[in-house]
Amino acid sequence: MLLEVENLQTEFKVKRGTVKAVNNVSFGVEKGEILAIVGESGSGKSVSSLSIMGLIRNPGKVTGGKIMFHDENLVGKSNKEMNKIRGDKISMIFQEPMTSLNPVYKIGDQIMESILTHTELSKTEAKETAIKMLDLVGIPSPEKRMDDYPHQMSGGMRQRVMIAMALSCNPEVLIADEPTTALDVTIQAQILELIDRLRNKIGMAVLLITHDLGVVAETADRVVVMYCGRIVEQADVKDIFTDPLHPYTKGLLESIPRMEEDRDRLYMIKGVVPDPTKLPKGCSFADRCENCMEKCKEHMPALVDVGGRKVRCFLYSDEEEVDV
Amino acid sequence: MDKREVLLEVQNLSKFFTVNTSFFGRPIDVLKAVDNVSFKIYKGEAFGLVGESGCGKSTIGKMLVNLYTPTSGKIIYDGVELTALKQKERRKYCKEIQLIFQDPYASLNPKMTIGDIIAEPILINKILPKNEVEKRVNYLLDCVGLANHQRNRYPHEFSGGQRQRVGIARALAVNPKLIVCDEPVSALDVSIQAQVLNLLDDLKDEFGLTYLFIAHGLNVVKHISDRVGVMYLGKLMEVADKNELYNHPLNPYTQALLSAIPSVDITHKKERIILKGDVPTPINPPDGCRFASRCFRANDKCTEHCPELKDIANGHFVACDFCGEINTERRIILENKQT
Repeated sequence: MLLEVENLQTEFKVKRGTVKAVNNVSFGVEKGEILAIVGESGSGKSVSSLSIMGLIRNPGKVTGGKIMFHDENLVGKSNKEMNKIRGDKISMIFQEPMTSLNPVYKIGDQIMESILTHTELSKTEAKETAIKMLDLVGIPSPEKRMDDYPHQMSGGMRQRVMIAMALSCNPEVLIADEPTTALDVTIQAQILELIDRLRNKIGMAVLLITHDLGVVAETADRVVVMYCGRIVEQADVKDIFTDPLHPYTKGLLESIPRMEEDRDRLYMIKGVVPDPTKLPKGCSFADRCENCMEKCKEHMPALVDVGGRKVRCFLYSDEEEVDV
Repeated sequence: MDKREVLLEVQNLSKFFTVNTSFFGRPIDVLKAVDNVSFKIYKGEAFGLVGESGCGKSTIGKMLVNLYTPTSGKIIYDGVELTALKQKERRKYCKEIQLIFQDPYASLNPKMTIGDIIAEPILINKILPKNEVEKRVNYLLDCVGLANHQRNRYPHEFSGGQRQRVGIARALAVNPKLIVCDEPVSALDVSIQAQVLNLLDDLKDEFGLTYLFIAHGLNVVKHISDRVGVMYLGKLMEVADKNELYNHPLNPYTQALLSAIPSVDITHKKERIILKGDVPTPINPPDGCRFASRCFRANDKCTEHCPELKDIANGHFVACDFCGEINTERRIILENKQT
């Protein structure tokens, strides 16, 4: 594994109590692989990625676990040490292309900044690299576009600039947090194709964070499904979509209106996501689950191996989570 | 040919916004948000309007509920030309056409209880005497699946899906006939989306409603609509029955749009048309077909004149010069179906 997260715990101390946004989460990405993390809002998928980048700020804190990258634990590294890795070996694309670029700097300068920080290149060489990157992500006449400010570009273009910036130092891992959520479908198709092409070309590992199951089905190799801060299912993309095990994954897939078929009624997962400060005692999904048993309300099932994939549900194993 | 009753007809509707004027007030830059759009909505149907951001779909919705005044064109509701009425008379029809907003967090007044939010339109329009309002609010809450005791709570105490239910109850409060749903589920999580879509479906039958359903999620639109219109840069590109449109899209833009949607069905992979470039700006758009700059079929003729929306056969409207040519076969099938 190129990047391996082991038993990660990230907590936020708020007035009403402690929110365990990421609770004992483990996963890994290999070179050239796209791993998707899916879940609804509040499931902890974004916090997991921010934890890897060391971008968790007060009142949040990584309280346990390891993040292993090249046999080095990233948890507990100082900001200065992380700065050497961030944007160089591991980079990130954020959800909002509108707000993650600095509005008062030219986009060329913003791309060059990360190149100059992380490499020994001279200014002219950095400029050449930046132009090359803009060209790579499909921005027409990149030399001219170097002098544009973010507001002169459309949303899709800005997202591509973000990707160019993230890729400018040839990262080994790219974390893409909802890279296409703010974009239109035709632009989304372009960006996803670009990420896939670059993965094949430079063999980077991609951690794709999204709530859109369609995007996952089309791009990912493996999938992690999160609910209320925990992994509930982990499997190859084919298994998740053809044979989901966890009732939550099943429900999610059933509740999407499909293009291919006509249904009078959509399947509904009843109820709402529980308050993160007052999670139920047993399984977090128990209240909404159709297959809920007595045991589910009292005990948290463990994430167990079921034929090469993992699932957290008493339907498949009686094993309980040891430390809740 | 059509025996269905038309509830709303839009004829050559346009909305232009002047972005920049010269020193003497003459418009220099004009944003053509909606440009010469015509369509009909039949009683009891759900008409879906899809398109990417900036294509003018929400602007149409806002013109229908009188939040924007059209630059030109007619809106005919139930035989009455709304656009010809004075504002005072126009307002009478406002309660017939209601709007459900996209963002359930921004569309409810945070200082009012949800009971008051739902009662407000009833009181303003003097639909019921004051002593009956409470009963009506309780009934509406019940219809949208909220409990009566929740009426004294404030919007912040509710989740996104519940707030959207409040927005729906408020729209229903004045007994509307047509509801414009402007992206009602795009701000919600997948599991909550299904709940709200099913609710909208139930209410349509229960109250005999007609929907104009505006959204960018094509799968959502397909689920809820009977007929679908596709917009691009202020123009209507294609209108057809949903199965016809989704199975046999004729306009190249519709084809590209449908192929771009990521599908959760991984067993059959589809051919994807990747469009080049971005959506151009709607400010001072070119004369020709709006889609010409990104179209994979475009030739010189497309950039010169703008194709009109034509009925190919049996209510399948397309605005593309190529469509006659590609679809002789399809037209024969449709015409046979009709007879």
